Amino acid sequence: MSIPRVLNKKNRILLSELTKTDFKLRYQGSALGYLWALLRPLMMFAILYIVFAKLLRFGGDIPHYPVYLLAGTTMWSFFTECTSQGIQAMVVRGDLIRKISFPKYIVVVSATLTAVINMLINLVVVIIFALINGVEPSWTWLLVPLSLIELYALALGISFLLGAINVKYRDITSIWDVCIQALFYAVPIIYPITMVAETSPLAAKIILLNPIAQAIQDIRHNLITHETITTWNYVSNIYLQLLPIVLIIVILILAALYFRKKSKFFAEEI
Amino acid sequence: MKKILGTRVEVNHPEDETVIKVEHLSKSFKLPTDRSSSLKGSIFSKIRGNKGFKKQQVLKNIDFEIKRGEFLGIVGRNGSGKSTLLKILAGIYYPEKGKVTINGNLIPFIELGVGFNPDLTGRENVYLNGALLGFSHQEIDNMYDDIVNFAELKEFMDQKLKNFSSGMQVRLAFSIAIKARGDILVLDEVLAVGDEAFQNKCNQFFNKIKKDKTKTVVLVTHSMENVRKYCNHAILIRDGVIKIDGSPEDVANDYSLENTTRYTNDFNATSQRTSAIENLKIALKSPGIVSQKDKVEINISYDTKEDIPTHVAITLWDIIRSQSIMNSNSKQSPTSGKKHHSITFKTSLNELNDTNIRAYVSIRNQDNDILTYSQEDESPTFIFRRSDYPDPKNKTTNAILFNRGEYESHEKKSSQQ
Repeated sequence: MSIPRVLNKKNRILLSELTKTDFKLRYQGSALGYLWALLRPLMMFAILYIVFAKLLRFGGDIPHYPVYLLAGTTMWSFFTECTSQGIQAMVVRGDLIRKISFPKYIVVVSATLTAVINMLINLVVVIIFALINGVEPSWTWLLVPLSLIELYALALGISFLLGAINVKYRDITSIWDVCIQALFYAVPIIYPITMVAETSPLAAKIILLNPIAQAIQDIRHNLITHETITTWNYVSNIYLQLLPIVLIIVILILAALYFRKKSKFFAEEI
Repeated sequence: MKKILGTRVEVNHPEDETVIKVEHLSKSFKLPTDRSSSLKGSIFSKIRGNKGFKKQQVLKNIDFEIKRGEFLGIVGRNGSGKSTLLKILAGIYYPEKGKVTINGNLIPFIELGVGFNPDLTGRENVYLNGALLGFSHQEIDNMYDDIVNFAELKEFMDQKLKNFSSGMQVRLAFSIAIKARGDILVLDEVLAVGDEAFQNKCNQFFNKIKKDKTKTVVLVTHSMENVRKYCNHAILIRDGVIKIDGSPEDVANDYSLENTTRYTNDFNATSQRTSAIENLKIALKSPGIVSQKDKVEINISYDTKEDIPTHVAITLWDIIRSQSIMNSNSKQSPTSGKKHHSITFKTSLNELNDTNIRAYVSIRNQDNDILTYSQEDESPTFIFRRSDYPDPKNKTTNAILFNRGEYESHEKKSSQQ
């Protein structure tokens, strides 16, 4: 799977055709159609906002806390949607894989791209809310895509790795569901990281070494408020600071290699 | 243990006349012995020292070549490995050993309408299916009108596929398959679709493609009629090896024989009607394929347990036309005595048209009551092929081949009246 083959015209067409179909079909038959791509995360946000910001009074000291929360939940739903769709992709498209020959990674990428499109739509909403909430546009907004790429690379790596195993052992889907639940609490999305830092700075540092936490905190920092605690301003060791990024690169490369090795036999095993 | 795999390469040498080359191809599958496809199941069976699968060798060291412009038929019984072979040619399965070289643009149709989605319109489905087959938007634009016209679905293309009748869906899928512009078409038993008018259209199309020296077709089929009609090269696969690589006629004959004589032609008739007769054995002594010059010879043996006169009755049944060809019995020379009997029946079938025949045997008493008989799977079958077919290009379907009978004109008499 050399680079020119990965990106050749035939594969690009197939990728865009599959992604278009996925996206077209997702909201078909629903009265509000594409609007659900916006409504669903907004409603989720409303629930979290009422529970955590209003009832539990989290995040009192963080400026623009509602959009700070919204940015976090948006990125978190992007990550979960991306991975769960990506892991399932080979099984969902099993019919195609059994009957036609094409590079299998396209199926995984197209499934995750739908999540990317949803996330981009939601990002626009986050920015609108941020402006309404009085967040000043800043040059650091330009850094946000870097964190998005980071998050996507991690989701893709996980999708390749677990998706390949899921072909043979369908337990992976259930296991990942549980992992997602655990990760949700391991990442400072609904609770501010300051709450952890107050009781145990070490725990806060460990949390921030998680690539998901690092990316989401960076997005909040660059998009909403520079007062956000990030891996860069909280973890002092330069090597540790780079750990999340190294982790993502290693996971993506190993996952892609593993996927490529296993993909030859997907048609027989699925 | 590192597994060394075979290879499949795609090249593009228009000057080379060989479009598909298969060398020493082998393929086996691991059939799971425990049914669970879960981690738990697999861990437990590993602990128990159970490998968890048994190996089934599907293709065994296969070699063949297909030249440009050929219409190749691959035939074989269910489970003989032909679909696996096709999937390896199509690049869906990976060759385990050996080498497959594809020279040109191969378009596989393991199934029609792969990726068809009921919620997309006819048009969207054509483009999606096309993309899956490796065509660009532009290439499909160029084929689109051809496809729609062939399918005769012009006015429906903006409807969702779920509003198509199943016949219309198949027609659309099939039209994509045959209008797709590739050098090598690989088709898995997809010919019998649509109504009669559509069938005729497909027939014409295949006759045309057969003459086209730039297109190569690989067709897996069970229809010997199609093999004889379209193919100019055929391969018979049996148990994962190529039995015959040659003319469609040879392959079709051998395949028919394989299918009609699927049960060995030595039978122990187990279905005893009365206890008077035991051990009915029927054996075809003549070859599996006979012509008008040969004698058909069947040996019947049985034990009578009571001292009664018995005789043998034989019905030759035309399997293809589902009718009886002849009845014969040995009533004139019954045998008697409480002992073992062995009788040989001989006949020749010199007026018969080509067909497959099954010989039913019954043992009867004086009053012509059946004491025992052979059931369908206990009766020997054979193929009748004339060596002197009057006009091989123009075969008739009549059971009796020749123009028999006399005609006497009565015109004079009637005019005198």
